[in-house]
Amino acid sequence: MRSSRKRPAQFKGNKAAMAAADLAELLGQSVRAWCAGATGIRDLVQLSGGASQETLSFTIERAGGDLAAILRRSPPGYGSVSGRAAGLAAEAELMKLAGAAGVPSPPVLHVLTEQDGLGEGFFMQKVEGETIARKILRDDAFAAARPKLARQLGEIAARIHSVARDALPTLRMLSSTEEIDLLRTEVRNLGWPRPVFQLALRWLADNDPGPSSRITLVHGDYRNGNLIIGPNGVRAVLDWELAHLGDPMEDLGWVCVNSWRFGAIDKPAGGFGSREDMFAGYEAASGLTVDAGRVKFWEVMGTLRWGIMCCGMMQRFRQSPENSMERAMIGRRASETEIDLLRLLAPRG
Amino acid sequence: MQDEPRLDELITAVAGFLRDQIAPQISGHAAFKLRVGINALDLVARQLTLAGDSDAQELVRLQSLLGRDGSLSELNSVLSSLIASGAVDLSTPGLKDHLWRTTLAKLAVDQPTYASYRREVDSSAPANSSSS
Repeated sequence: MRSSRKRPAQFKGNKAAMAAADLAELLGQSVRAWCAGATGIRDLVQLSGGASQETLSFTIERAGGDLAAILRRSPPGYGSVSGRAAGLAAEAELMKLAGAAGVPSPPVLHVLTEQDGLGEGFFMQKVEGETIARKILRDDAFAAARPKLARQLGEIAARIHSVARDALPTLRMLSSTEEIDLLRTEVRNLGWPRPVFQLALRWLADNDPGPSSRITLVHGDYRNGNLIIGPNGVRAVLDWELAHLGDPMEDLGWVCVNSWRFGAIDKPAGGFGSREDMFAGYEAASGLTVDAGRVKFWEVMGTLRWGIMCCGMMQRFRQSPENSMERAMIGRRASETEIDLLRLLAPRG
Repeated sequence: MQDEPRLDELITAVAGFLRDQIAPQISGHAAFKLRVGINALDLVARQLTLAGDSDAQELVRLQSLLGRDGSLSELNSVLSSLIASGAVDLSTPGLKDHLWRTTLAKLAVDQPTYASYRREVDSSAPANSSSS
């Protein structure tokens, strides 16, 4: 499943330089095997971001013209989202299905097999654009796109939820009630008392809307930061790692989690615009009515879930030999979800 | 008793050196990592400066709320269990105020620039806001 060889996360130092050379060699072998006319690769770069999976960018040298490509694979020591991950092969399948349903998606080039010797993952075509949420929210290059994005997010979510269920790979399915129970167990396992998380768990149990009448593909991490944005809007939806079956309103709630507004806190739809704009896009594209109450429920659930994920990063920081500063610091972001939970559940004044 | 300078002074000096002298010489992923490291040092300095007082105040509130004594960790565990069981909720006098003050004290250390925190701090009266 995972590459059995230990590789440092960053290509620095002597050992790491050798590992990078090894990796480039393996990538070259792989692309020659599946990409017609490919002679090798160059410009290998590890992209930052995506703390739980490794993303590499490189150029495939090819007789018919070079091709910019991305490899997404499990890095050594990967095991964060305990039992939640769909698996990288399923991710590749979902990207193809989503693309066919009209969701902007990078073309999948090749799914890794044992012969590749690169672990689990897949190659996709590189899509030009920006993924860094703060740049998308602030740079002039996206000024024309920003006002359109809330509505686009709604339209695209509707297309994600329209993918036929019988075409889907095997995905986990949790009801809201089971999800609450899972989060309760995770909070207990933190081994650190968090009264605000307990307050949120109580609220969720008291406000659980019950099973959704509509069960669809749910992206699971649909938000600003997991999108490639160009001057005209969304060019690609990325990171299907947390995809599952469930209440489609979950994706709309997750978009609104305050952490994914990146400072633009008065624009709930990803920092881009209003819930109403996003809902209007969703309703126009799907012909269905958005259940705003369910969306709010999932926003609270999502805020708590992100808080627990931050705590999980802290635990991985302690346990993994990499001793990653970034993970340690994400651990200190759990408190941001506590203030957001209080703003949602116990507003002052 | 250990000698001067204080830990927060040392850390602030190191963070300042890294930020002003080293960061401009570094680019790419290493620059990103350096920024994370400097942020971590700043956080440590804030905690060293602020947490003594805020922890003491939190302990007093917990003792009053729960009517018993114990360490911060013990009392927070008791409060968590009481909230989980429903024995204590937002209608319990003092709970909401306690959670807000505790959370604001965490944010002052963890992320004083976080937008929700700024909004709450800037919009609350400079004096004690005892809204509960």
